[in-house]
Order: sequence, then C-alpha cells, then structure tokens
Amino acid sequence: MKRRIFLKGSLAAGTIAVAASAGLLTPTRVLASAWPKAAFESETEAEALQAFFGTSDVEQSDQVSIKAPLQAENGAVVPIKVMTSLENVEGIAICAIKNPRPYTTSLRVSGGGGGLYSTRIKMGQTSPVNCYVKAGGKLYMASQEIKVTVGGCGG
Amino acid sequence: MSVSRREFMRLLAMAGAAGMTVNSSVFGDSGVEYDLPSFGNLSLLHFTDCHAQLMPVHFREPSINIGIGDAFGQPPHVVGEHFLKHFDVARGSAKAHAFTFLDFEAAARKYGKVGGFAHLATLVKRLKASRPNSLLLDGGDTWQGSATSLWTHGQDMVDACKLLGVDIMTGHWEFTYGMDRVREIIDEHLSPIEFLAQNVMLTEDASFEGKPAFDEESGQVFKPFTIREMNGIPVGIIGQAFPYTTLANPRYMMEDWSFGIRDEQCQEMVDVVRADGAQVIVLLSHNGMDVDLKLASRVTGIDVILGGHTHDGMPKPSLVNNAGGKTLVVNSGSNAKFLSVMDLDVRGGRVADYRYRLLPIFANLLEPDPQMASFIETVREPFKQQLETVLATTETTLYRRGNFIGTFDQVIVDALMEVRGADIAFSPGFRWGTSILPGDPITVEHLMDQTGITYAKSTLTDMTGEMIKLVLEDIADNLFNPDPYYQMGGDMVRVGGLRYAIDPGAQMGKRLSDLELNGKPIDPVRTYKVAGWASVNPQPDELPDIWDVVAEYLRDRKVIRDMIPNIPKVKGVASNPGYAVLK
Repeated sequence: MKRRIFLKGSLAAGTIAVAASAGLLTPTRVLASAWPKAAFESETEAEALQAFFGTSDVEQSDQVSIKAPLQAENGAVVPIKVMTSLENVEGIAICAIKNPRPYTTSLRVSGGGGGLYSTRIKMGQTSPVNCYVKAGGKLYMASQEIKVTVGGCGG
Repeated sequence: MSVSRREFMRLLAMAGAAGMTVNSSVFGDSGVEYDLPSFGNLSLLHFTDCHAQLMPVHFREPSINIGIGDAFGQPPHVVGEHFLKHFDVARGSAKAHAFTFLDFEAAARKYGKVGGFAHLATLVKRLKASRPNSLLLDGGDTWQGSATSLWTHGQDMVDACKLLGVDIMTGHWEFTYGMDRVREIIDEHLSPIEFLAQNVMLTEDASFEGKPAFDEESGQVFKPFTIREMNGIPVGIIGQAFPYTTLANPRYMMEDWSFGIRDEQCQEMVDVVRADGAQVIVLLSHNGMDVDLKLASRVTGIDVILGGHTHDGMPKPSLVNNAGGKTLVVNSGSNAKFLSVMDLDVRGGRVADYRYRLLPIFANLLEPDPQMASFIETVREPFKQQLETVLATTETTLYRRGNFIGTFDQVIVDALMEVRGADIAFSPGFRWGTSILPGDPITVEHLMDQTGITYAKSTLTDMTGEMIKLVLEDIADNLFNPDPYYQMGGDMVRVGGLRYAIDPGAQMGKRLSDLELNGKPIDPVRTYKVAGWASVNPQPDELPDIWDVVAEYLRDRKVIRDMIPNIPKVKGVASNPGYAVLK
C-alpha cells in the first residue's frame, strides 16, 4: 500500500481521538467507562499502573520492543511504537518517567489481539520511557532512554 | 583592482609560503608521497567536511579531543604526542604537522598552507590517471563554511565539485540553506553528482500534505543508494546524512524532514544493495567517527565506511568486527586538507584485500590545477574587495578546533560580551573555522570562515544561573555521553566570562561544577545577561549578525594580543590520550 494512502487511512481512524482531545466530544461522557482519569493524574508511575492495570507488579520482557528515536527531534511530539509478540494482549501503556505526570497514553485491547501500537507523546525532558503490555493477566515492560536536548551545537 | 590571471596563479602557487619562495625541499624525506603505486582493481577517493574552503588555509588540529568509556585512548580520541605514537608518525615531520597541533606556528611557517581546491584538483587528476577505476566521494559539509559559499548560497561549491569530478555526496550543513534551496540544487544544478541519504524521511505531516520525496512508499526524501559498475564489479554506495541535523541546526529550515541514525533501515539498504548484485558495499557517512564505529559493530555487510562530520584525520582505518564479518571505518579530516585513497582488491565477489592512505594536501607540494584556479578566481572576483578588507591584525595564533574553546572563539565571546553588553557569552562548538598565524591580518574572509552560516543573528537573553547550568550540562552530554548514538559530534559550547570545572566522565547533569563569574559563584536564582549567536530558533531580523558584532570589536581593538582561551578546569583526564596540556 502507498505510504500516503496508508497515512490518510490511519489519520481517519484516529479522528475519534482527535475529536476527543479537541473537546468536540466530551470524554467523560462518551468514554466514561474507558477514560483512565486516575492514571493520567498520577504523579508516579506505580500509581498510574495501579490505576490502569490494577497492579504495579511488572517484569522486564524481551517480548516487548520499542521503536523510538534516541534523541527526540521535537519534545512536543515524540513518535513511539510499541511492539509485542506476547499473546492475549489486554492493554498497552506508555510512561515518560520524568514528566510531571508520567502516564502519557494507554489503550485496552479486547478479544486477545496481538500488539503494535504507534503514537506520539509529549516529553518535558530527557527521560526513560517505559512501555507496558498486559497479557495473560500479567504486566510486562521494556524501556528506552529518549533524550530531549536543547541542542544547537553540532559540528 | 583585480590581479591578473598569471599573478593569481603565482599567488596560489606560493599560498603556503607566507611570502617566502616556494621551497619543497623543507619537506625532505617526509613520507608525503602523492604518486602512490596502484593496488587492486578499484579505488575510492574521499574527502569530507571541506567547509567550502576553495583556497589553501592553515588549520590547527585539536589539543583536546577526549574519549570517554570505550573510546578512551582509541582513535579518533588521541592528540599530539599520543597521536604520533599511536599512528607511528615522526615528530617534526610534515605529516606530524598535518595530523596534530604540535609546534603549530613553526610547522605552519615551515610547511605552508594546506588544502585548496586547485591543489586538490591536481592530486585528484593524478590519482585518477593511475586509477582509471575510481570514484570520488564527498562526505558533505561542502556548501557551507566560507564567505563565498554563503553569499552564493552554496553555488560556488556546487560548481567547484562538478569541476573537481565528484561522483556522489551526502550532506549536513547543506540542509541549512533550507529545503527549497537544497531541492533546487539537487534538481537543477547538481547533476551529474548524485546526492544520497538513506536516513532522511518525510515527516508524517509532510507526507500527508504530498510534499516531494524520492521514494513515496518508503518516505525517503533523497535517493538512498546507487550501484556503480567499476572494472566490471558492481559497487553499492549508500548515503548517510548527519543524523542529528534537526537538533544541531534549526529544525524550521527543514521542517518536512526527519533525520536519525536509522541503523535498522541502513541494514535493510545493505541487504537490498547486496541482493541487487553489489560485490562491494560502501557507506558514505556523515555520522561522525564514534557513531560510525558503533554502527559498524551493529550493521553487517558494509565493507567500508567513508566517514566525516567529526573532522578527524585518521591515517589508518579502524577495523570493526560485527556478526557478519569486518568493516573498515575511515575518517578523512576537514577543510580539504586531506584526500583518502582506498584501493580495493575484489576477488570472487568480495573484498579480498585493501591499501589505504590519507594524503595531506600541502599547497607547496602540488601545483595548482589551472582550470580550477581559474574557476576559483572567477568566483572570488565580485567579492574581492570585501574578502580582503582587513579588520585587525593578530599577534597570536587564532584557531577554533578543540573540545572546549580556541583562541578565535575567545575573540568571538569577548566581542559578544563587549559589544552586546553581556555578563556571559556563548558561542557554538562548531568544528570548522580556519587558523591564522601571528603577524597576519584578520580579514573579513577569515571572520566569515568562523561565522558564515544562514542563522547568524546575535542574541541577548536573560538566563537564571540554574538555566545556564542546565544548558551547559545538556550540551556537555551531547559531547561526552559514553554511548556514541547519543552524541552530536560538535564540541562544547564556547563560554566567555563564566568559569567552570567539568568532569567529562561523570553522569548527565553531574559533569559541571564550580560555576563562577568574576570570582563569585553563579547564583541559581539570579538572572544574568547572556549573549550568543546561531540560535536554532527563529530570531527577529533587526538583531545584529554575528560578523558585524565581531567586526566592530576587531576594528576597535586593531591588534589582537595574547588570547588566553577560557578552557575550563577538566577533571579526571590527566592520563587521557585525548587531552594535552598547553605550555
């Protein structure tokens, strides 16, 4: 498929999220049951995990992988892909540890699908970015340091 | 009044001799040999980071180029005596002058200037004659770095490179002319030179808006690779532009393009090129040498990386092991001071053997090529009066290169503080910028060699002490992060007024200490006036350009004496082969 057509398709699919964030839909009403308010408002990673996944007990897994820049070109929109070979995925979440509110994004997966999740997050400073996958009732993670630099000094 | 053609040729021929009669006998048995016996069945000629220096120059190599972690004491992080020992170069020789800062002033007077496109052209022609199966590859940072390149928007260098016979190039500073000019050059002026970069992608937004890309499907903005048949052998060349252009330079100048090392994609390109029948695979890289060394350990199937960006003139290649075999990593210095010659013997579909030399270009040992000399004269003619305008003279060697600060940077930060009325000044850690010997005039051309960029506004900002430390820590990490993939390949920001100590081996955020201004500790909550230039954010037109600020200072001073560069106290480097104490 042409990249451009694919992009148009993926943007169209994303319009619910866009509409929600633009205030066109009221998340608390439309997505009342799905909006993880407590997780987004948590000031620590553990609290956020507890709020969204119901557990903060997590183990490192090489079945979770991250594709993201080592140095963000723009901290306001850092592209991140989370991929997993785990089966029966129930949910995916991403935390930028040094953000004042680390929890940046999450989704629930129904019907026990596999996982490839692509998004953009906002980062205030250089930080480890932890990506969590809940599968088969257990929580797994992988981590990558993403540098957000003031830059401006290249040779 | 313009000089005659004959006079210009005479001046070029004696360019290095500082007024003395050209005398090649001082070189003696220096080991600088231009008539290299040919070897193997195909050759790659490579230069990089010439920074638009068409004329011969002086260029002082660094006395501080610290290697951290695995890079400790490893090329390119060896300077001075350590360099001579590591590469077995004779002390006091012409090569020692080309490769190190040792005894710079005396050696520069003895051996004369280096580089110059007319001299480079002579050498290229000579090597091409003995090596009919060769390619000339340019690693980029070619269109920027001089007055004439800035004033012609890179056109002088595009035309010079076509005349020189460059076959393929990649880029970094090229992008700072902006997307439209880069497109215009590649689409309308550059042919037959191919511009390659596998690692520059259209951003998703730009892709959605239908902005042009070489490969709409992959999103690659430029052609990623080319395959050239040489002596019946298909050779694949992959381009790798500077991965952190949008961080080190203004992103708004190339906002549709996303950079990055993208080594997994590089592996895909290698595999595709190999599947297309290439028997030799070359990466023409602007990664910087430390990044190239790491990439060579992770990506398999590359035979040779011809690298640049970090301006390291390395007499021997580094041989890197990876899961698929071995990769040779070369870095060919800067300022048209060197030409790499990689002769390959390809047998049974693979590289069986090689010979490598990094040839220093001594203007006193090579006759200028008449055609190139004539072209250079034509390029300079309209700007001659400006270029030759004298701003001051210097009684001390002026240079830039080194991890922390050089004497010419000291002039710049002093000028910024005085002219802009600042407590502290910052000047970017660029690695380009030529050197001037004691007794020489400082001309507008010299000043533009240090400052000639497309975002040259001088800024004046209020910053808290805390913010100042944060910025310095951030930039120090771009230089000293032990993982090369987090480095940017520039040097530390040059600092005027402020004194500090630094421990390069410490963790991010903990390298700097003892920040002082006029003997008093920097107060984290106090606000200081900080002057700078080359901001990566857009600046208002009414701000003065840096060259005007420095020119005003130089005209006022008339003579520059005893420049003591504000080198910080560097901790934990006493035994580091990348650190030399200056007497």
